[in-house]
Amino acid sequence: MKPASFDYHRPDSVEQAVGLLAELGDSGDGAKVLAGGQSLVPMLSMRLAYFDHLIDISRLSELQGIDLRGDQLWIGAGTTEATVGADPQVRQAVPLLTLATPYVGHFQIRNRGTLGGSIAHADAAGEYPAVALTLDAVMEVTSPRGPSEIAAADFFTGLWETAVEPDEVLTGVRFPLWGNRSGFAVREFARRHGDYAIAGALVGVQLDDDDRVSRCAIGLLGLGSTPRRASAAEEAVVGKPVGEVSPEAIGQAAMAGLDDIPEDLQGSASYRRKVGAAMTARAWIQATREAASNA
Amino acid sequence: MHEKAVRLSVNGTPITASVEPRMTLADFLRDTCGLTGTHLGCEHGACGACTVLLDGAAVRSCLLFAVQADGTEVTTVEGIASPDGTLSPVQSALRECHGLQCGFCTPGFVMSLTALLRDNPDPTDSEIREGLSGNFCRCTGYQGIVAAAHRAVELASEMPAMPAEFGVAR
Repeated sequence: MKPASFDYHRPDSVEQAVGLLAELGDSGDGAKVLAGGQSLVPMLSMRLAYFDHLIDISRLSELQGIDLRGDQLWIGAGTTEATVGADPQVRQAVPLLTLATPYVGHFQIRNRGTLGGSIAHADAAGEYPAVALTLDAVMEVTSPRGPSEIAAADFFTGLWETAVEPDEVLTGVRFPLWGNRSGFAVREFARRHGDYAIAGALVGVQLDDDDRVSRCAIGLLGLGSTPRRASAAEEAVVGKPVGEVSPEAIGQAAMAGLDDIPEDLQGSASYRRKVGAAMTARAWIQATREAASNA
Repeated sequence: MHEKAVRLSVNGTPITASVEPRMTLADFLRDTCGLTGTHLGCEHGACGACTVLLDGAAVRSCLLFAVQADGTEVTTVEGIASPDGTLSPVQSALRECHGLQCGFCTPGFVMSLTALLRDNPDPTDSEIREGLSGNFCRCTGYQGIVAAAHRAVELASEMPAMPAEFGVAR
């Protein structure tokens, strides 16, 4: 057995889970919420992390489900990536999630891994954190102080760090719907399918009746300590006729302002920047094509 | 730390045991149940050798604690062949197509392919390759394994109609 010893708790409700987290979180090596475990268990096995208590929330029905709420799609934090990827309502309402899901690990990982776990783990090269940031999703958390919300722009604070407090549990995520004449695309480059990407880009674009860009969101993954938005590049194209935007130029523009691109054996910062620009350009081409064909 | 009682079904056999919470399902299957067909390679979710079916879904048994499998039905590689020893289509095809050399990774491939072909009985070559991307093989270079996946589709279609063609019901 590789992980350090811990006590295992399987509460019957979110309220109980939050209570346990508050009660046990300050003792010794503390407590941690366990959902799908596809990131946490390897970290425990390598003893990169150890806790006195694990609180298993993977079976809580309150955290499961996909529900259209006004102009947002709510997805329970405990919903598996496999469920999200196969769900027709998700495909219809938040296509970027459907497009991103095949890039999340492998199908065996997606059978256990959860949407909330992926976002709470906040890997800088993770797909769901990047989707949440790109679409300005709203994260719902709860604690002994009651429920609250965190905007995606405020959520990802550093490498594997989020604005979720130690006594808070992520319970669900709300993704805004975009409406007509919008298109989305994900492009990423990894040396092997299922690996974390060297760099990747997510593009959402909406066109008005005159084929001008009325809305644009560009998310980047693997190009910093957190997922990033290419805000300057987004602003530069809004209002322009879509045919006049050069994909190469928007790819280059999206790389502006990136100041903490990782460097490792997989590639230097300058290489990742080149890959990121190319992925952005390709995603832009695909997303605008989709938008133009969606009446 | 406190041991926990778990009750689960492994290849159709009910099992009750008391386990340390930190024991993975993979260790539980190998050490407690004596089912050493499930192999452990990397023990952190990268290699896929430990793949089993949990309530029908292919999962890494090294990324799951035995306590989390409480109340579930687990199928291991030992549960894939017929009780009389007849190999499943996936197993026969791997043998026929030289889909293994040392065989260490094979249990994981058998389980992943079994789930993959059950959910997608007529996959394209790229769907097979994507479906196998979560399993590492260091001997074969994968060509024989991909060929075996195609052959397994043929073998399953030649079999008399059975409720669970690939050996495992959903």
